[in-house]
This record gives sequence, C-alpha cells and structure tokens, in this order.
Amino acid sequence: MEMTGAQILLECLKREGVEVVFGFPGGAVIDIYHELPNSPIKHILVRHEQGAIHAADGYARASGSVGVCLVTSGPGATNTVTGIATAYMDSIPVVILTGQVPTKLIGNDAFQEVDIVGITRPCTKHNYLVKDVRDLAHVVRQAFYLARSGRPGPVLVDLPKDVMQAKTAFKYPEDVSMRSYNPTYKPHIGQVRKVAQLIKKAERPLIYSGGGVISSKGHEELTWLARKLSIPVTSTLMGLGAFPGDDPLWLGMLGMHGTYTANMAVSNADLVLAVGARFDDRVTGKVSTFAPKATLVHIDIDPTSIQKNVSVHVPLVSDCKLALAALKKDLEQAAEELDWAAKHKAWIKQVKAWNKEHPLTYKEGTGISPQYVVETIGELTKGKAIITTEVGQNQMWAAQFLKITKPNTFLSSGGLGTMGYGFPAAIGAQMAFPGALVIDIAGDGSIQMNIQELATAVCHNLPVKIVILNNGYLGMVRQWQELFYQKNYCETCMEAQPDFVKLAEAYGAAGFRVTEKKDVAPVLKKAFKLKQTVIVDVRVEREANVYPMIPAGASLTEMLLV
Amino acid sequence: MRHILSVTVENEPGVLSRVAGLFSGRGFNIESLNVGPTLDPGVSHMTITTEGDELIIEQIIKQLRKLVMVIKVVDLTTLKAVQREMVLIKVSAEDSKRAEILRIVDIFRCKVVDVSVDELTIEITGDQEKISALISLLTRFGIKETARSGTVSLRRAMQLSS
Repeated sequence: MEMTGAQILLECLKREGVEVVFGFPGGAVIDIYHELPNSPIKHILVRHEQGAIHAADGYARASGSVGVCLVTSGPGATNTVTGIATAYMDSIPVVILTGQVPTKLIGNDAFQEVDIVGITRPCTKHNYLVKDVRDLAHVVRQAFYLARSGRPGPVLVDLPKDVMQAKTAFKYPEDVSMRSYNPTYKPHIGQVRKVAQLIKKAERPLIYSGGGVISSKGHEELTWLARKLSIPVTSTLMGLGAFPGDDPLWLGMLGMHGTYTANMAVSNADLVLAVGARFDDRVTGKVSTFAPKATLVHIDIDPTSIQKNVSVHVPLVSDCKLALAALKKDLEQAAEELDWAAKHKAWIKQVKAWNKEHPLTYKEGTGISPQYVVETIGELTKGKAIITTEVGQNQMWAAQFLKITKPNTFLSSGGLGTMGYGFPAAIGAQMAFPGALVIDIAGDGSIQMNIQELATAVCHNLPVKIVILNNGYLGMVRQWQELFYQKNYCETCMEAQPDFVKLAEAYGAAGFRVTEKKDVAPVLKKAFKLKQTVIVDVRVEREANVYPMIPAGASLTEMLLV
Repeated sequence: MRHILSVTVENEPGVLSRVAGLFSGRGFNIESLNVGPTLDPGVSHMTITTEGDELIIEQIIKQLRKLVMVIKVVDLTTLKAVQREMVLIKVSAEDSKRAEILRIVDIFRCKVVDVSVDELTIEITGDQEKISALISLLTRFGIKETARSGTVSLRRAMQLSS
C-alpha cells in the first residue's frame, strides 16, 4: 500500500515505541501535523522550540527511552540548537525531526530555509537530510538506532516538505546494519581481570562514577561493587543517583563544587575507578594534580573519552553495565572470602574523618538560606520526587544538599550548563511519569529563560512544581564577581523582576511567595499536594554562596570552604 | 610529528564537511586533505596529513572513528607506505635561465607541461622530500604560482621490517 512521507514518518515513530512528541507546527511540517490526529502518538504543543527539545530531553532522561521533538524549518529548527547541544554534551538519546523547504528550493534561500544539517553537524551524534521518500523509513529507523545505541546522543532528521507529501510503498526495515558503526559493548576480559587485580591490591580505592552508569542502567552493579568491597563512591553531577545518596559509602559529588571529603579522597586514593565519566574540567580542576597518588582505571563506551583530558593507566572500552557486571563476576568469590570492610578500615576511617572535619554545611543568616530550602525539599519528598534544575547556584545547591537515591531522578544540564533547561525538562519528565512529583529547582535568572512554557504545563494540566530560589541576582556569576573580580557586580543584578506569583496566576497556574523561614516547609508542602502547575517564589538570602568551591584551574585540594 | 592518515568513508553528501569540521571544531591541524572515490562507488578514500604529539594523534584517530560515516582509519605513519604528491609549478624562465631549468627538470624526472615566452610550468610527482628539493632549487628563478594536490598514500603490500 502506498503511503505519504508524513504517514510513513508517523508509522515509523509508532513502531519505535514513541508515545509522545514535543513540537511546534509550521508550514514545512504541516503535512505531518495533518496526519497526527490519525496516529496514536500524543503531541505536546510547546510555546518555543527550545522548550520542545528540552522537554524531549527531560523525557528521555527520566524514562531512559528516546525523546522526540518535531519542529518546522528555519527558525523552528534553529531554536532547537541550544537544546540539541545540551543533549549532545550529556549523551541523551533524542531524535529531532525538523521540517525543510521542498527539495527543489533547497539552496535558494527560500522562505524559512536554513541548512540545519550543516548547523547541527558539530552538536549531533549524526544527522540526515532525507531527499527521497523511499529512504525515509530506513533513515528514521537508523536515527533511533543511533540515538539509543553505543554512547547515546541526539540525532536530527531533516524532512523536506515535498518528501512528506510524496508517496511510496511502506516497508519497515526490520534490521539496522551499518558497516561504519559498531560500538564496542563487551569489555575485554583481560582488561577486566587486570582491573579486578588492581581492586584486590588497592588499599585506598575510590569509585568515581558518571552519567554513563545511569545511561547503561549499571547502577545495581555499581552499588554491589561498592557495598560488597567496601569502596567509597563519589560522582559527577551527571552521575547523581547511580549510587544511593544516603549510603554511608557515599561521599557526595566531586569537583569544583564537590564535597571536601570527595575531593580529598580523590587526591589521596591509590586506585580511582572512573566509570562512565569523562574527566570534565569542572571535575578535575588542575589536571596535572588530579588523583596524584592513584592508578587510574577508566571504563567508558566511547574510546574518545579515554586519554582525552587525563592520561589513564588502565583503559577499558565497554558498556558500563557490562563492564561492572564482568567485574562483579570476577570478584564474586573474593567478595565472599575476604573481609573487605576490615581491609579498607583505615581508608574508610580517614574518609569519615574528612567528612567530620568539613561536612557539607552552610552559615545560617538572618534571611532564608537557599540550602535550607533545598534540604526542606529533600525532607518533604524523601527521594521520591523527580528533580530537575536550572543552571547556576540553584543547580549546585540541589546537587549538594539533596540525597538523590535513584537513577533518572535528577535531571540537570551538566556539560553545556544550559539556563532555561530545568522547567521544560520537568514538563518532559512529567509526561513520562504523570503520577510523579516533579520539581524544578530554579533561580530567578534561569526560570525567565523559558518561562513561556507555563502555558504548556497549564494547558496539559501537568502538575510541575517550580521552586525559585530568588536572590535577585544571576547568583553564580555574582559569586565569581565577589570572589575573583573585586565585587564588581556588573550586570548580574536582576532588576525589574516580574511578580512571579502574579505571573503564575496570569498563566492559570498557582503561585506562592515565601519570605520567612518558618513558612518554607508549610508552603512547599501545600504546593506539592496541589494537582496543578505551581510556582513557589522563595526570597532567599541575596548573597549566599556555593561552598566548597575550587577556583577555576586550581587543584582539588585548594578548596574555599564555608 | 607529521602523520598520514588513510580514512575510508561512506560516499555520502556532507562527509567531507563532517571530517573537516571535526578538525576545525576541535582545534586539530590539517596539513593536507585529499578525497577521491574508490572502485566501490559507495566508498571514498581520504588521505589526511596532520601534525601533533602522540596524544593528539590518538584523539584525532579516535574522533574520526567515532564519526558515523567513517568506515576505517589507518595511521600510515606506523606502516611502510607509498606517498606521493603532485605539484604544478609555474616558474620564470627567461632565455638565459631556460636551459638550466630544463636540466633540473631532467634530473628530477619531471615534466614540462606548459611553455610561454618567459615561463615554464612543471609537473612533479613524488614524496615530500623530492618536492621540497625541487621547489628550493627553482626558487631562485622565481616561482610565480604553485598548485598542490596534497599527499595521497597507500600502505605497501609487503611490510618488510627495516
């Protein structure tokens, strides 16, 4: 039976298991929208295409499946670029469907034409321009396969209008085979043995886990390894939740705003097991002094991550879950035979001593401490909520003061640091889990970058909660200005703030303002119970800072403490 | 150190810009890049000469392999390989200098491919050393223009150890 390109596209999405698409229509994709009502796929109309891509990304991070966004050509497509780069930096599987002008107009500077394939080449895992309707099913199948396999990432498919209108016989390609794309999943067994030997020999071992553990669903294996062999765990921002944040072996995040304990542990460990992490500069600080006493093992599915920033002693290219499972198998017997807690007793004692010396803490001022708000959110939700964050101080406080206990429950723009990410991502997460409590921890600066999505949330009755830690500043930059730029607060004071409560109400959401500490818990509690979109505008101390902090380019041991 | 990479890629639109964009986007250096089809119409072959320390070259090779359209990357520097580049050199050649230039052309076994009253255009094919030698010998006559193909290279069938 002959089908149009638009029909084929929707049929392919259905067969890929897509349930929801975040999008915004336009001339170039009108044929697809014309067919949408005949498809079981649910469409969420956003108010800006950046909202669509972040929502698809949040959906993917929360659910672990591919997120999809659909936008028109030209400005629709370019509006997604920030979100594509965000997903690319954090290895999130997203398929971006962009409309394109008819093939005969391509290259003619036609209305709403842009070379989106060219623009997104450096920030997608791969991208396609479909020039013939007969290639369409095959390309869409490949796009999903690429997005979710190997090291996941965003894949863009550009769809000219005439290709969506053209007809051909539909045949769904059952298999995908690409001679030029063969990710390595299974670990080299000799290397696994070597790592196991190193673990057995180590006296001060440390696990440094990253987002790869979450995307490979390797958290159980990781937890087994740490608990059975009594190895302390630290992680990157992206890795939060892979290891329970309430476990005694948990040290907190490492790096620029990591805990004293984690940074001291890295600096004194004799074995660092990096799993699905990429030695980002926010993590390593000064590279030459990173983990100076340790043998470095690096497990990653992407060979380019290995030896990129830091020279490692034992590389292991593999899917993180499979590598951890292989290590588990190798060490199972040793785990039973040896008292590992006793073996690492001195090391654990040292780690605990560091924690006692400089625990994660903050100074209580006269006003509401932002850290207190985050702690209260943690206490009220008890690890049962899905938390998204914006970017800046709010993000770091959330990472520091929440106990993230499960993977896929802390969604934050790590690599790119995209302000405006958290709220649309929360919309995506809420679509994936309609019954869950989804909270966006925001700053007053970040939330204004995609505030228009309030309409999306309200329209679809998504009970997302936005908690604004409102200090009237672009807080993180202000903090840098305070510490390193002689308090020259140039253009970081957010004057002319909107009234966030009235703003929420104007969109049909609920709004609360909190100005006193005693009201924080009760108002949050009330907000979390409401079955509608809510903004809680918490007026926090204006000049609270994120500590510990390592100045850019300094070593992990050179921390500024509270 | 200078490395010659042999890169086999899918012959699809945009593949050159993916490869070139990888180099420019990550701050790697391209000395020359040569692309042409192979006997298989679905496959193209690139020869890329680049420079960097071992860690950079390792990254370049890994990053190239990561591109979805790249089928194979071989570092020919570590192998015995045949290297050739073709250069067209337009050189000033007044009557008094012409005989000497032609003698050099003869010694280098290259060809004169165009002649005018006071210019000669010479075609030379060879490895880098040979080409550099010819260029330095011709410089004193006044080189007006050159066009270079960039290196093309194939591994030798017999990898005899030296």
